[in-house]
Amino acid sequence: MIAADYYNEMSASEAVVRPHYQPYAEWFKNVSADWLGQKRNEADLLFHRLGITFAVYGEGGGKERLIPFDVIPRNIPHREWSILEAGLRQRVQALNLFLQDIYHDQHILKAGLIPSAAVLKNTQYRPEMIGVDVPGQIYSHIAGIDIIRAGDGEFYVLEDNLRVPSGVSYMLENRRMMMRLFPDLFARYKVAPVEHYPDMLLDNLRSVAPAGMLDPTVVVLTPGVFNSAYFEHSFLAQQMGVELVEGRDLLVKDAFVYMRTTQGPRRVDVIYRRVDDDFLDPEAFRPDSMLGVPGLLSAYKAGHVTLCNAIGTGVADDKSIYPYVPQMIQFYLSEAPILHNVSTFMLRQKTDYDYVMAHLPELVVKEVHGSGGYGMLVGPAASQAELEAFRLRIAANPDHYIAQPTLALSACPTFVEAGIAPRHIDLRPFVLSGREIKMVPGGLTRVALQEGSLVVNSSQGGGTKDTWVLEN
Amino acid sequence: MLSRTADHLYWMARYTERAENLARMLDVHNRMTLLTRDSSLIGQDWEGILTINQLERDFQQRYSHVTREHVIHFMAFDAENPSSIHSCLRLARENAHAVRGTLTSELWETMNATWLKMRDMPLESMERDLGAFFEWVKFRSHLSRGVSVGTMLQDEAFHFVRLGTFLERSDNTARLLDVKYRLLLGAHTAEEAPSDYYQWGGLLRSLSAFEIYRKVYRDLITPRRVAELLLLRVDMPRSLLYCAQEVLANLEQIANRHSAETLRRAGELFAGLRYSRIDTVFERGFHEFLDRFLVTINDIGSRISEDFLLPVAA
Repeated sequence: MIAADYYNEMSASEAVVRPHYQPYAEWFKNVSADWLGQKRNEADLLFHRLGITFAVYGEGGGKERLIPFDVIPRNIPHREWSILEAGLRQRVQALNLFLQDIYHDQHILKAGLIPSAAVLKNTQYRPEMIGVDVPGQIYSHIAGIDIIRAGDGEFYVLEDNLRVPSGVSYMLENRRMMMRLFPDLFARYKVAPVEHYPDMLLDNLRSVAPAGMLDPTVVVLTPGVFNSAYFEHSFLAQQMGVELVEGRDLLVKDAFVYMRTTQGPRRVDVIYRRVDDDFLDPEAFRPDSMLGVPGLLSAYKAGHVTLCNAIGTGVADDKSIYPYVPQMIQFYLSEAPILHNVSTFMLRQKTDYDYVMAHLPELVVKEVHGSGGYGMLVGPAASQAELEAFRLRIAANPDHYIAQPTLALSACPTFVEAGIAPRHIDLRPFVLSGREIKMVPGGLTRVALQEGSLVVNSSQGGGTKDTWVLEN
Repeated sequence: MLSRTADHLYWMARYTERAENLARMLDVHNRMTLLTRDSSLIGQDWEGILTINQLERDFQQRYSHVTREHVIHFMAFDAENPSSIHSCLRLARENAHAVRGTLTSELWETMNATWLKMRDMPLESMERDLGAFFEWVKFRSHLSRGVSVGTMLQDEAFHFVRLGTFLERSDNTARLLDVKYRLLLGAHTAEEAPSDYYQWGGLLRSLSAFEIYRKVYRDLITPRRVAELLLLRVDMPRSLLYCAQEVLANLEQIANRHSAETLRRAGELFAGLRYSRIDTVFERGFHEFLDRFLVTINDIGSRISEDFLLPVAA
């Protein structure tokens, strides 16, 4: 049930392979499916042995799961990446300016571009952050922007992830795996490197340390071994050569943050936290949080420690704010947006509501605060009963939903049970903001392994591919 | 380094060493059982295994009576006994998992693979060939120790691993000697005890000391010499003196501003052993000597926790 009008990343038509896939097609002629299957098994074995796993680590160590890895790369020609990169820079810059604005002078609200209530009443808006100055006025130091390519071949932003986006470790491990499995392919292509991401990340984190710190101490804060992304936290800390800490390893005294070391307490200047806002400080947010550090917010507000990402970024990646991002770009940068949004119906508006209710089987409906592919309706794939159930939920709480046209995500050849077949993909590049905006070329390509499926989330059975940005 | 990281490394090493020593202890006891002709005595003392590990009460709660099968099952395979080999290997792996970023990938893979194998081995096959199982446990411990020595940077992390290893080994060796001497000597003194080649040989073998004994003494196996070798030889890697020396050396490497007294006590323990004579040890009471040793080692262990591992206030 692959949509007929999707964009095929590899071939322009049945007979014509796109230029940037031609060397691959040449190489592929001499490759058997058996051999490719062996390579895939080899990859699975290696990922297992290294413990590169996702999902829950249960008692007895039985519940660690691999994200399926596909051995066929997703290629992006250099000129396309240049456009993407410029668009991502522009978008993330505007989003950071928006965050600075709404926690300070609120120009954009005063100008009437976004309804004040949509921002100030948003559960992700943190009044604690009002008037707090953060180093370099950067809020989202690490952003993961989900990009899709529609039937017309054009890139669209599907979602901004400005809180604690994950997946970058798979981007790095996938590349390492591809170089190990197919070294000869790398001789046919000039693939832009991504391996320096951890260096770039460390540099970015150090660049936003509290003013005056010449040699800042950076740590990664994890919820702990039971978190689904623990592998990534541990991996990034190791690659950067910094400590991986849990909340209980940190303490706050006189509004400074210290970690407990064998040589006594040691100052911490920058925390790359992979713990959600709600759990950061039991004194300020959820009092039942065991993951946080009592007093952290006070140290943060005093400017003695930098949190990356800042507290309160969720208001800018909320699906109810998403439709306004193009206007933000215009407003703050006086530029036309390079990357477009997917057109979005906001169900709290009467006209949009009526349209969506009349066209439900054609649309994708998402919860405003949902993520990870949960709480989502894909109209064309839904049964009558599912449609009716969703209709009731929307009617009860129109504010909680947005709707978008069902997009034919582009598809890339993928090695599945039935052989090589097209499967829908997206792309999550990671954008670092600090002293300057930087990114490594590429990102994490996620692939919906089920035939016809448009849901690429790993929690919903999606897999990943290595992403090759090709150099000229 | 983080106190919590040091704590995980220290316990990873302790649990690994404990699993190995449990295997050694159960193996020698099992073999002695098979050797003993006098069925009323030595070989039947499976209760002693529970006593040295201070597990009589836990055992009684779950098993009707003390038999060879029950004790071996409880001490080797019982997942609900937190001190079984099974649990030690799980805990070693859990501690490793919590600090996998600090471990070399070789060490992490070793710890992980050991646990996965332990978890997946069918109970019947392990019980059918106990000797092979105990050998496997010992070998995996040798492997993880070798991998840590062969791949880790010799920094603080390494010293905490080594500290855990030797504290645990000295404790386990002392307990094993205590119970074996009580059993083998009975009411006799070390001088007059019947020299049972098989029993004393078995004890030596359980500590990888049989060949070393031959090399060092080139003479009959006597209880006094066995004790000297396992207590006071500085070149015997499982002796109390050797362990005390390693504890001291590693403590010196990680010293902080709280640890001076702990270091002094470790030094005192080492010096005491270094300048002891085995005759004096027996004159003053072998059991009392080991008892004092265990108290000191436990004291040093808890002082290490306080000085380095527990959360400290700013």
